[in-house]
Amino acid sequence: MNMSIVNKSLRPAIMMVILFSIIIGLIYPGIVTAISQVIFPYQANGSLHTVNGQVIGSDLIGQEWTSPRYFHGRPSATLANDGSKSQPYNAQNSAASNLGPTNKTLIKTVKQRTEELQKENPGVAVPVDLVTSSGSGLDPDITPAAAYFQIPRIANERGLTPDQVKKLVADNTTGRFLWIFGEAHVNVLNLNIALDALKK
Amino acid sequence: MTLNSVAQVLAFVILLLVVTKPMGLYLSRVFNGERTWLSPFFVPVERVLYRISGVNHEEESSWKRYVIDMLLFSLVGMLLLYIIMRTQQWQGAFFNPQGMGAVEQRLAFNTTASFTTNTNWQNYAGEQTMTYLTQMVGLAFHNFASAATGIALAVALVRGLSRRSAQHLGNFWVDMTRCMLYILLPISIVGALVLVSQGVIQNFSPYITAHTLNGATQIIAQGPVASQEFIKNFGTNGGGFFNVNSAHPYENPNIITEYITIVSIFAIPAGLFYMFGKMVGNTRQGWVLWIVSIILCLIGVVVTLTAEQGGNPMLANLGLNQQVSATQAGGNMEGKEVRFGITQSSLFTVVTTDASCGAVNSFLDSYTPIGGLVPLINIGLGEIVFGGVGSGLYGILVFAILSVFIAGLMVGRTPEYLGKKIERKEIMMAAVAILILPASILLFSALSIVLPQGSSSIANAGPHGLTEILYAFTSANGNNGSAFAGLSGNTPYYNWTLGLAMIIGRFAFLIPVLAMAGSLVKKKVVPANLGTFPTTGPLFVTLLIGVILIVGALTYFPAYALGPIVEHLLMISGKAF
Repeated sequence: MNMSIVNKSLRPAIMMVILFSIIIGLIYPGIVTAISQVIFPYQANGSLHTVNGQVIGSDLIGQEWTSPRYFHGRPSATLANDGSKSQPYNAQNSAASNLGPTNKTLIKTVKQRTEELQKENPGVAVPVDLVTSSGSGLDPDITPAAAYFQIPRIANERGLTPDQVKKLVADNTTGRFLWIFGEAHVNVLNLNIALDALKK
Repeated sequence: MTLNSVAQVLAFVILLLVVTKPMGLYLSRVFNGERTWLSPFFVPVERVLYRISGVNHEEESSWKRYVIDMLLFSLVGMLLLYIIMRTQQWQGAFFNPQGMGAVEQRLAFNTTASFTTNTNWQNYAGEQTMTYLTQMVGLAFHNFASAATGIALAVALVRGLSRRSAQHLGNFWVDMTRCMLYILLPISIVGALVLVSQGVIQNFSPYITAHTLNGATQIIAQGPVASQEFIKNFGTNGGGFFNVNSAHPYENPNIITEYITIVSIFAIPAGLFYMFGKMVGNTRQGWVLWIVSIILCLIGVVVTLTAEQGGNPMLANLGLNQQVSATQAGGNMEGKEVRFGITQSSLFTVVTTDASCGAVNSFLDSYTPIGGLVPLINIGLGEIVFGGVGSGLYGILVFAILSVFIAGLMVGRTPEYLGKKIERKEIMMAAVAILILPASILLFSALSIVLPQGSSSIANAGPHGLTEILYAFTSANGNNGSAFAGLSGNTPYYNWTLGLAMIIGRFAFLIPVLAMAGSLVKKKVVPANLGTFPTTGPLFVTLLIGVILIVGALTYFPAYALGPIVEHLLMISGKAF
């Protein structure tokens, strides 16, 4: 290779990388951050839900619900930060299960989850999203079918009528955008906040 | 497929059709050096950049110089990224509020190769490994730079086809700079802000602690996500800010961001097809490539969607409900998000692997064998179904040249493409480009299955394990970056081999392509006559699709038969591993 060609290109290569690192790497995200913080501060800062000055979660990030008094979200495959053990809905270490369709562990786990859920609502087939783990491990939503499935338990635990809970689920269901796009879903955090409000 | 699925997919095709022509016209204005409405602002910026860098913007260069400029730009960018990752511990509390340490050497090499080559394969979890400075100046910079590089190369090849009896292909620095300033940067600013309005985050906060109603604490990762998210898709890069990429609700919170994502992945590649037609003087030449692409894309969508909507037969008798109904999407929901369901997950997966994007909104390792085979085939075909930014156009043009050559052989006359005679040198370069990828994919895969360092990373036993390895090297060589993510990639063995595969896949493909451009640009144009094979009609569409599928099938069928195909057969007979 002719060295003079290399020399001729080396200065532009170094300078272009430096200059564009500044333009693209610093100025561009700086502009986007500044504008976002002014016009969309709620979204830019994580769509956080605050009660009495304390953050109780993000509307967009799923949480782990274990109390039978609350609607539960989907199984989550996230691990503790060091990867040593399961820690569902760890929002600083998002992950999927990556279990293949013919993996025995998948089949066994789904079977266990299904049997567990069938106890609270015998005779009803369990909606698939309640027994499979989400892609992000942070899915904030369940399907309307999964919410309806949990109504007997919630009504029983809270001393409400199934119809009251059913109406609550219907009110908190987001349908498809323009009736066509995406899928109907229920945000578990907002549903549970509405559930707590109903009690009073 | 349900009626609703058809409607959601058709809406995507229509949106893509709408953006193609305006994008193509704008691209051709920018690369012809014409004035645009941004010129008053950016012409002075351009001048300053050229002056500081010592670039003579009026000087054009031969293909060799173009390649050398491109290689040096990539190499310097690589070094800078490596240094940034290795010095994270000193980046300070503003850029590194979580106090992250330096990235380990081999992982840093792999990531450097990955982002420089527009692959964006990720052997790390972003929110656990990378500081905000690394994400912005290190990774997002390469999202722009590798995209601009790819587009510049495609423009150079188009000049090779459109110029007559010439020597020069353009000036790499000018093409790259104009691409950055006039196309990628302004559209990304607008795009990023729209994403923020929908819930994609953009801040420099430390991670937030929430106290949940259920009585637990949850720490939620933060960062300047939107500015990186838009270009991740628009530049067909695909490297997520977070580990789970576009499945993460902070990257892709709802159906609006979902459509923005998939349309922006195809926007530049589709626009480049139009630009190509415009530059060679007949836009039908570009629309032909568009039609070939949309046909191949829709075949993939139909197959994947049907497979995923059918659910997992292994779970069929466990007492759960996988049926599509008014209240649930049903199907194979492992690794998928409720807000996207089966339709948007399948559509996203096909789009991201048709292009060289590799962002994912659902996890391919958990797809049904046939649902997972489609993305593998898409990448194996060379990502020419719209394809990556730039790489899609130069990839499909290689196949177009091969197609006219084969057609020429059938009737026994010298083939021409766009009036340029296709001769020995062009076919040699096209063949080299087409053969290097499968050779690298299959050799690396075979090696990894034989060596314990390779096979010990497999997460799912049985034929699925073979698919994991095959997918990893297909994705790395194809510069896609999506994964069957169960495979543990962050090992010394995979950090080195996948890193090498990415470099081979990028540069060993585009150097012969540019050599071909350098040879084509010198040729004069022969006027079309009765014996010329027309490259704008249905016959050419059929031939091109045939050549693409036959080359792909002949190359990979044996490997696919042992992986996803045998897994599918075993799955329907009820065999688990």
